[in-house]
Amino acid sequence: MIMARVIARLSGNLSAPTLFLLAALGLALLTAPFFANDYLLTVLILILYFAYAGQAWNIMMGFAGQLSLGHAIYVGLGAYVAALLFTRYGIAPWLGLLAAIPVATACGAIIGFLAFRFGVAGVYFAILTIAFAEFARIGFDHLDIVNASAGLFLPVAQYAHNDLWRLRGSPTMFYYVILAATALAFVLSRALLQSRIGYFWRAIREDEIAARAAGIDTFRYKMYAVMISAAVTAFAGVFYAFFYNNLFPEQVFNISRSIEIILGPVIGGVGTLFGPILGAFILTGLAETLNAVMLHFGLDLPGAKQVFYGICLLIVVLALPNGVWPWLKRRLGLAEELQ
Amino acid sequence: MTALLSVQSVSKRFRGLVAIDGVSFEVPDGAMFAVIGPNGAGKTTLFNLIAGAMAPSSGAITFADGRIDGMTADAVCRRGLARTFQLVRPFPGLSVEDNVIVGALRHARDVASAREHALTLLRRLDLFDKRHQLAATLTLPDRKRLEVARALATKPRLLLLDEVMAALRPTETDRMVATLRALNREDGLTILLIEHVMRAVMALASHVLVLDHGTAIAEGTPEQVVHDPAVVQSYLGQSDREVGAV
Repeated sequence: MIMARVIARLSGNLSAPTLFLLAALGLALLTAPFFANDYLLTVLILILYFAYAGQAWNIMMGFAGQLSLGHAIYVGLGAYVAALLFTRYGIAPWLGLLAAIPVATACGAIIGFLAFRFGVAGVYFAILTIAFAEFARIGFDHLDIVNASAGLFLPVAQYAHNDLWRLRGSPTMFYYVILAATALAFVLSRALLQSRIGYFWRAIREDEIAARAAGIDTFRYKMYAVMISAAVTAFAGVFYAFFYNNLFPEQVFNISRSIEIILGPVIGGVGTLFGPILGAFILTGLAETLNAVMLHFGLDLPGAKQVFYGICLLIVVLALPNGVWPWLKRRLGLAEELQ
Repeated sequence: MTALLSVQSVSKRFRGLVAIDGVSFEVPDGAMFAVIGPNGAGKTTLFNLIAGAMAPSSGAITFADGRIDGMTADAVCRRGLARTFQLVRPFPGLSVEDNVIVGALRHARDVASAREHALTLLRRLDLFDKRHQLAATLTLPDRKRLEVARALATKPRLLLLDEVMAALRPTETDRMVATLRALNREDGLTILLIEHVMRAVMALASHVLVLDHGTAIAEGTPEQVVHDPAVVQSYLGQSDREVGAV
């Protein structure tokens, strides 16, 4: 009964073809581990990871119009906090998440406060976010408690069974964890977008001066955007740490990590709900296919993936500046409400 | 009638330039008050001071018994004083309906009731049929009406209109005049308008303040003001065309 009401609320005024498509997509994703081999499953995990992180970034930029080019900082903080608590004190990642989220949120709050209080906006705000990610990279490189540049390692052992509580186990388990997280992030994004806060964010994104004239406390709502985005991103970090089992500041906080996060939403459609997910599938999916094909022919071209990303971005920016999703939605004749 | 808005010897200086120089006036509750004057007289600056877009250099602005000078624009709006912009600023990427919902959310319990309020206003301003269009696709007259709708959605006690008639054709001006008059008479909304179009001022305003070079040179009923020698000399005399448009 409650379940039915929840489903009715979530699917609210969606057309039949849209619902069918969503159900088919859901079913395919849920049953994927039964068909996919380990390699394909790893690719799917990577796709969903970027879909998740892209959605988190999209809350800040897509909804509220605040461009972050340093989202790696929230991933890195989430990863390091949870990994440190696990390796030092044996604290399970789900409890570690309870510490990782406040840390990332506080970091977002500091960046947001400095920027919005002193009127740093637009590109200058973006540069500030890069600066903070770089601070973190260099800082963690010299932080002994996390083994500095030598890296932090999580104990890897062959586990007889999946331990969901401690996030130790097979790719299949990680797949379902990140799939659930991506679905949750989607539901959260949709709820935010359709509520008061979502309307105020979009007003700020469209015209901040007009938003203030409409009575919106723009400082407060921009702070909410950064903090919520940072909090959601923190889980991506926890997942990253426990999936890869190693953390190097030079890699985790690298600016290219931040850029990778935003490529999915940019290609799929900034500010849309499906864009970040679709973008992650297109980008990571095609890039991994390219990898496999090159491997098949014995080609080894370092940087081929980056070139490929560049080409994808170029095509989308030139042909579909609003992203692939708005275009696809029109082509498929899907419900206009499906953002 | 008591004063809803009271401006007391307000000045605004930009470095050496005195844009507003000791202007005082009172807008009674329920009035239709117009501020007119030649280009560069300081009308929009005065407006920005009242709406909280900038703080006055000196003087006091009181609204509904509270000081509002120096408050931020959003705080002023929450006090019950909504504005439109001379160069319209709708939210271009949002639908017409969503534009107004943003304003209505100021006081609405939830999005559903904000939408209900927004739709009522859109019917009133003849934008109901265009509610699903993006604001960016509207014509200028429609965008001006949308700005009025969005401002009204915040349920203001005082509506500040910055040249809302400018660039409208005479028939559209008459339509806007009718809408504003209805809002004033039926809903008791107090309106302060800056206007160049004398046709609208004469039709609407119960009271007119004339600004020139940042100072108030005349104040009174529209008839008194248009026959004031100082006003004719500084403003109306040199803009025959606009008077002729009446």
